[in-house]
Amino acid sequence: MNLIHNLIKKPEGIAGIVILAILITTGVFASAIAPGDPLQISGRPLLAPFSDPALPLGTDRLGRDVLAGIVHGARTSLLVGAAAALAAIALGLFVGLIAGLAGGLIDEALMRVVDAFQIVPGFLLALAFVSVMGASLPVVVIAIALGAWADPARLTRAQVLSIRERDYVAAAKVIGMHPMEIALRQVLPQAIPPVLAVSATIVAAAILTEAALSFLGLGNPNTVTWGSMIAEGRNVLRSSPWLSILPGIALVITVVGVYLLSEGLTKALAGTHTSRSGGEA
Amino acid sequence: MGTSVNRSLRLIRRRLLASIPVLMIVVVLTFLLLEAAPGDAVDAYLLSIGGGDATVAENLRRAYGLDQSMTSRLWLYVTALARLDLGWSVSFERPVLDMIAERLPNTLALMGSATTLAFALGSTLGIIAGSKPESIRDRMFSSISLIFYSIPGFWLGLVLSLVFAVHLRWLPTSGIETIASGKSGFDRLLDIGRHLVLPVGALALIYTALFLRVMRAGMAEAWKLDFVLFARAKGLSRTRIVLRHVARNATLPLVTMLGLQAATMLGGSVVIESIFAIPGFGRLAQEAVSGRDAPLLMGIILVSAVLVILVNLLVDLVQAALDPRIGASEASS
Repeated sequence: MNLIHNLIKKPEGIAGIVILAILITTGVFASAIAPGDPLQISGRPLLAPFSDPALPLGTDRLGRDVLAGIVHGARTSLLVGAAAALAAIALGLFVGLIAGLAGGLIDEALMRVVDAFQIVPGFLLALAFVSVMGASLPVVVIAIALGAWADPARLTRAQVLSIRERDYVAAAKVIGMHPMEIALRQVLPQAIPPVLAVSATIVAAAILTEAALSFLGLGNPNTVTWGSMIAEGRNVLRSSPWLSILPGIALVITVVGVYLLSEGLTKALAGTHTSRSGGEA
Repeated sequence: MGTSVNRSLRLIRRRLLASIPVLMIVVVLTFLLLEAAPGDAVDAYLLSIGGGDATVAENLRRAYGLDQSMTSRLWLYVTALARLDLGWSVSFERPVLDMIAERLPNTLALMGSATTLAFALGSTLGIIAGSKPESIRDRMFSSISLIFYSIPGFWLGLVLSLVFAVHLRWLPTSGIETIASGKSGFDRLLDIGRHLVLPVGALALIYTALFLRVMRAGMAEAWKLDFVLFARAKGLSRTRIVLRHVARNATLPLVTMLGLQAATMLGGSVVIESIFAIPGFGRLAQEAVSGRDAPLLMGIILVSAVLVILVNLLVDLVQAALDPRIGASEASS
């Protein structure tokens, strides 16, 4: 609770919370704010923004409501971003924990796999994965997670290596605690915080990767995404630039919100942890 | 001098040896992934030429070795790799290596220019921001860089081309050079440069913001170091302290960042090249995907992994040269 208190006191923290709260509310209540299918025709095509009160942000080439697209796009963007980051962090924690605890050959082999995922550009991997598996929401989530789990895995392993030498872990071994229980109850909780510190970066990168994938036409064609809206608007960029510009602004605001929250969290954590020994970060 | 060259050579050799198993993992995993695709290159090829009967398909499969089992094909691929043969691009009907060699220079020019620009601009602005941590100027720089850091490159590319190419008509909208311009020598170079301004800007902005932030953070840390306090106590001028002591110390993390970002930047070039229609490596990746060209995609992923390894090796060498404390032992991790 102390952390939340510290977070709200930081200007970055409160700004990030407000931005993300608005976006999440928009995403959750997208169907109430903009009822119906956002891919449905709702008016005259290429209506400029602020010219019709019923369609405040205008319409695209096919007469689809731009505001409805942006509102529903918020849902996809946040959902994919959060799910991909969660999957990446879970996989990273799992692999890092095993590598750090097992040591020896298992550690060596797992870390070489981590290396392999780190040297292949995540976006190329996502591109290849989606093209092989076919574009759908779960596939896009996995594709993004595949390119993002290596960093949390490396971080977790480093953390586990330092934790497992600590006295309380040795004590748990001495009293005959099962290795599985030691891993989950003694080591894992301590290994999570540094990974959480980078989680916002992973979420932001996931949101941007999703947008880039759907911009290239590798998203699910049946859902509205900001990336696909930008791509669609590109066809009429000269005459109706707002079609590409508006969803892009939504994207930037979202990512700024995530980074602000992350920065606030980092500062709040530094505030609550000053009494503790830092360790090697 | 001789020992430092020796040390560098040892570092290079050890790094290259260590990268072989990692590259093997990349090869096997990519192979398995592309293997999972429904249909093979022959299906994709037949689709593109409008179909063919079973004998044609069978002959093609035999010609490409696609009729053999998966493990024997993987073995074939790996042994061919040892001879630097990356296979045959189905959609371009040319060797994969030729395709990549033809496209890579454009991407390297794009990435090299973007990195140089981002590094120079980002570190300079970072020094300006970090010369007085927590000042109004510092806070302003931090906020603006956070926003710039959040702008997706492909969207920025569109906006830049809209403003500077469509409306102002200062710069060309797409391509790497004017087609059939008949230019040569310096004129041609200038033409390519004009074509690269917008894509380089779109790719570099996010890294400029990142480098600014890393440099600023490094400088904020360096101000607390003992020798900086000592330099201030000695009464050295502020500019001298900022440049010689604080900024110099903060440059190392920036160089590390270059290596860490190499893979991301290579990935980012895919969308940038697609927007500006630059016939580069990233656009080739997109073409490989749309042409269902598994051998080409495989080659692209592999070459990008090698590139990232080489960039990181270069970064390590630069770091070892910059910081004598980084010896052979520390660089081995």
